[in-house]
Amino acid sequence: MSASTVPASSWDRVRGYAPPPRYLPVVATFALFVGLYGVGGMRYEGLSDPQVLLSLLLDNAFLIVLAVGMTFVILTGGIDLSVGSVVALSTMIAARTLELGWSPYLSIVAVLLTGTLLGLLMGVLVHYFQIQPFVATLAGLFLARGLTYLISVKSISITDPTFTSLAFKTVYFGEYYLRWTAIVALLTVVVAAFVLARTRFGRTVYAIGGNESSAVLMGLRVAATKVGVYVISGFCASLAGLLFSLYILSGNSLHAVGMELDAIAAVVIGGTLLTGGRGYVLGSLLGVLVLGMIKTIIAFDGTLSSYWMRIITGLLLLAFVVVQRFATRRQR
Amino acid sequence: MPEPTLVRRALRHPLLWPVLALLVLLLVNVVVNPSFLSVRMQDGHLYGNVIDIIRNSAPVMLVALGMTLVIATRGIDLSVGAIAAIAAAVACTRIVGAGDEGALVTAVMAVTYALVVCLLLGAWNGFLVAVLGIQPIIATLILMVAGRGISMAITDGQITTVNNPWFSDLASGFVLTLPLAFLVAFGMLLLTAALTRRTALGMLIEAVGINPEASRLAGVRSRTIIWTVYAFSGLCAGLAGLVIAANTNSVNANSLGLWIELDAILAVVIGGTSLMGGRFSLAGTFVGALFIATLTRTIPNIGIPSEVNYLFKAIVVIAVCLLQSPRARAMLRPRRRRPTPAPVIAKAGSPA
Repeated sequence: MSASTVPASSWDRVRGYAPPPRYLPVVATFALFVGLYGVGGMRYEGLSDPQVLLSLLLDNAFLIVLAVGMTFVILTGGIDLSVGSVVALSTMIAARTLELGWSPYLSIVAVLLTGTLLGLLMGVLVHYFQIQPFVATLAGLFLARGLTYLISVKSISITDPTFTSLAFKTVYFGEYYLRWTAIVALLTVVVAAFVLARTRFGRTVYAIGGNESSAVLMGLRVAATKVGVYVISGFCASLAGLLFSLYILSGNSLHAVGMELDAIAAVVIGGTLLTGGRGYVLGSLLGVLVLGMIKTIIAFDGTLSSYWMRIITGLLLLAFVVVQRFATRRQR
Repeated sequence: MPEPTLVRRALRHPLLWPVLALLVLLLVNVVVNPSFLSVRMQDGHLYGNVIDIIRNSAPVMLVALGMTLVIATRGIDLSVGAIAAIAAAVACTRIVGAGDEGALVTAVMAVTYALVVCLLLGAWNGFLVAVLGIQPIIATLILMVAGRGISMAITDGQITTVNNPWFSDLASGFVLTLPLAFLVAFGMLLLTAALTRRTALGMLIEAVGINPEASRLAGVRSRTIIWTVYAFSGLCAGLAGLVIAANTNSVNANSLGLWIELDAILAVVIGGTSLMGGRFSLAGTFVGALFIATLTRTIPNIGIPSEVNYLFKAIVVIAVCLLQSPRARAMLRPRRRRPTPAPVIAKAGSPA
């Protein structure tokens, strides 16, 4: 055959198309998500309803925002263990200030400021005092949880009319609907993706994760960026806390125990390298959706207990970490 | 250089600050409650706040003991809380499922079985770190995520209650007037100290922590050592989980040993073991664990809700880390050292 002389048809180009290797982890996560959805849709009646997909966004809005913040931190090679506690603190501040009769908008500002300040504190500890990220954010975990207990040991429910109307504000697409919390989460993803891909700050984040001393030698603003990612993570954690308090309509010191693990798992499943330097916010979104899909399937099945969620998350984490390990080893 | 006097040696001793902190904490308690330190004898056992503190320090001390060796190899073990929950779940379900629930044999078999499981889980962490070369924090994170699920799968999501006097003795029993839990922890500590400080093992662990590659080239089996250290940490965490479960005679997979890894890391750091690896102090860990237990006791004693103890722990973590951070020291030093004419000598004189 004289295949070599025939110009490549457009079909050949489509068939031979391979995504750039840097997108492979995200593609893999997407395939995993589609596969889970397909298998679930075949096995359980009703799971193929598009509303299930929208509910996935709706039920995991807070986790999406958390994972976005965590992505920034992990991209620089750090880790933020404090986010679960900051979520709890945010729900508590919102509930308590509303109970005291603050304006809901003032209360939102107070929540976001607290989270951002905590993030700033941890960023300063990590960068300027060279405390390892997990120890500094461990202190943040204790600090936020302790502050939550300091505000109230008991659960406080949120009854403010503005908050409850925000919580149930719904957007309809034909017969399907989405809450505002999910739209806020998606907006966060879009903004974060833009910042990482198109701004100087975002490129510096990748540079630090690749090699911090090179980034310093290149004259990049390493200090501001490194503190900045923890500030972003703190802000995202408090925003997630707000979304969580809208979702659950109460403040409780026992909220969100271990949620930081879910966020880290989502980021890793989304293909972000835990050593930093590689990964996309979109992957983290997909990671959250994969976790949410597993949860939905377990709920649809009915016979599986909820603790399987943790075990499956652990197994997925293991698989992705081991694959990452071998993928990065080959390139060296 | 002249022989340093006893006072100067004491001032430079690495344990000075942890011990001082512990004493200050005890002093606060005595000021609030003058009878805090009183210990009385009753039914052949010692009773009192101090005895309570050493009894309650046992789980943290055990976990911190394993953590000390892991940190000395420049690692970290985040999975200890989950392993503790698994150990408790295994032991309790074995006791409940046994033919004679109250027998000594049942308790011993259940404890042995649980400890073997924990040893294997620790070895799994060691496998990920030593053989696959995954960063310790990530490798142990996997078990931290999955562990509570496994523990719940073992107990089927229920709070399992056991009724075995021998098993509950592990937490509330007394031997020679002292709490058994403390004696177990202290015994493990002495055993570890003997194994690491009377043989070359301790030095080898420190060598691996300073530079794994160099120590491998020097003939140290760094892989085996890392593996052993994680398995040991798993074992200690399992023992701690058993003590916690025996204390309440039940296992709640969701809350048992929650955040104990953080307490243990805190105890290790307070004791002066560097998180960068390469050196460790078992005596420091001992003091650190006592400090944590005393702090936990102090907070309700001075009239603050006991849940707020996390806030104080956070402050202690930040303070200790800042004290150890070279950057913070450098920021403090010039102001203090400016009057001295020869800063070079001053610097050389403080290698502690």
